[in-house]
Amino acid sequence: MTEIPTPDLEHNPVVARIRAWRSQTIAELQSFRGELTLVVREELLALAEFLAGESDLSFTFLSDITGVDRFPIEPRFELNYHLLSITRREVLRLRVLLPGESPVIASVVPVWPTADWHEREIFDLLGVHFHGHPNLRRLLMPDNWEGHPLRKDYPVEGFR
Amino acid sequence: MTTVQTAAGPAQTMVLNMGPQHPSTHGVLRVVLELEGETVIKADSDIGYLHTGIEKTAEALTYSQAITLTDRIDYLAPLSNNLAYCLAVEKLLGLEVPKRAQYIRVLLTELTRIGSHLVWLGTHAIDLGAMSVFLYCFREREELLKLFEVVSGQRMMTSYFRIGGLALEPPTGWMDRVEKIIQTFPARFDEYEELLTQNRIWQARTQGVGILSAADAIALGVSGPSLRGSGVDYDVRKYFPYSSYEEFDFQVPVRTEGDCYARYLCRVAEMRESLKIVRQAMEKITPEGPIRADAPGIVAPQRERMKTEMEALIYHFKIYTEGFAPPPGEVFQRVESPRGELGCFIASDGSPKPYRMKIRAPSFANLQALPRLVERRLIADVIACIGTLDIVLGEIDR
Repeated sequence: MTEIPTPDLEHNPVVARIRAWRSQTIAELQSFRGELTLVVREELLALAEFLAGESDLSFTFLSDITGVDRFPIEPRFELNYHLLSITRREVLRLRVLLPGESPVIASVVPVWPTADWHEREIFDLLGVHFHGHPNLRRLLMPDNWEGHPLRKDYPVEGFR
Repeated sequence: MTTVQTAAGPAQTMVLNMGPQHPSTHGVLRVVLELEGETVIKADSDIGYLHTGIEKTAEALTYSQAITLTDRIDYLAPLSNNLAYCLAVEKLLGLEVPKRAQYIRVLLTELTRIGSHLVWLGTHAIDLGAMSVFLYCFREREELLKLFEVVSGQRMMTSYFRIGGLALEPPTGWMDRVEKIIQTFPARFDEYEELLTQNRIWQARTQGVGILSAADAIALGVSGPSLRGSGVDYDVRKYFPYSSYEEFDFQVPVRTEGDCYARYLCRVAEMRESLKIVRQAMEKITPEGPIRADAPGIVAPQRERMKTEMEALIYHFKIYTEGFAPPPGEVFQRVESPRGELGCFIASDGSPKPYRMKIRAPSFANLQALPRLVERRLIADVIACIGTLDIVLGEIDR
């Protein structure tokens, strides 16, 4: 087992930059195994524009969006945005928490067009809605499918 | 038929279904093409035909059992998937793998890259009418598959990388086979290049076709050789080295044209670079040494020890019945698969099963570039553009 030193979260330049921009955006900072996670309170789209647009941040590459269902914990849904800055060789994870009752979040397709299918997949498998998505349809499951299979309360046994 | 307004006046368009059962879609992909004559106005990919719920299945398996699922995600590069998953779990556990195992992992994943590129080259060429290249590529791939069988016991679904190291000690004499591959393959690559690189038909079918600008590629999340063909040198092996890649000396081929021909050149050059890495790995791998981390309760003990030590027997039983429980937390591990940035996200809740396992499949993002590539091109170019993206539907649909 190797010990990974705990990074100095409060003095991280990206964190400082976001705090200087809008002090209330970051709700929580987490670090696990050397990976930095910013739990974002609101204004995801504005933050996305800021992170991708500012030349000294340039998080222009969205690797992935992963949805996690924490049922029965509230807030139930957790979306992890894995960002990459190619020019600065840096990665960052944004996390938003959404309630189990009608989960809606702003779509980031205007900032990162690659989010199109990632968001459709999460809509399909977890039932999270993305406000402002250009084409929010099921992606992997058939169009007439009922339910969202990756939810933790989705039955995995018996006949449907 | 519907009537649309074009620059030349009203014109009739036709919607054509390409696939899902179409040989050039490399799996089960349906592309809905809106055509004006033979020109593509709009293309829309329809995926999900191979969706088998791998991520959901993983939630019901222990960390060791889920390795077998990762082979089946990208069935042309099973070892790259094994590696991404194992590295993610090892990161979750804070587990260090012995150097010898790391080098063997590097060697085998680089051979996987060559094998995957050979399938790509062969199928891409046959799609565009060059039949002989296909036959040669599969001849060489067979040698690689035989090597994988010698090492792991399986040709394709290897599951050879395990959490904390490797499944088995590679058999005696396997290095001779690797040596033979290193000796013979460069001449074979020359053979393909003789058939294609200066071939006027090949150039006509690929040059200037499917142009993707660097800005578009980044915006669409394209990675791997498809991104490097557009002039961006992002390669996870160089940017965020894993499994001791920082100790290897190799180049990342980059082209700036952004067309199918540039991506072809990138991949062929990449195969040659992979052989360089294999050569270096061979020199680094010592004949003797551990292939598994010393982590009782996580890594299975050696068979011999189980016969004499009670603790080893107990650990063996516990690992294979209830598994092991990493600490709660989330990790995201990137590796460079033959198709691009392959990510494995694992959320642990402190139980012996992954609470959520997600694969960031490179093909999933790369395929989103298809409508951009084929816009205002001929139907024949759609075939070239699907081939050049090197998609594997298994990892797109998971």
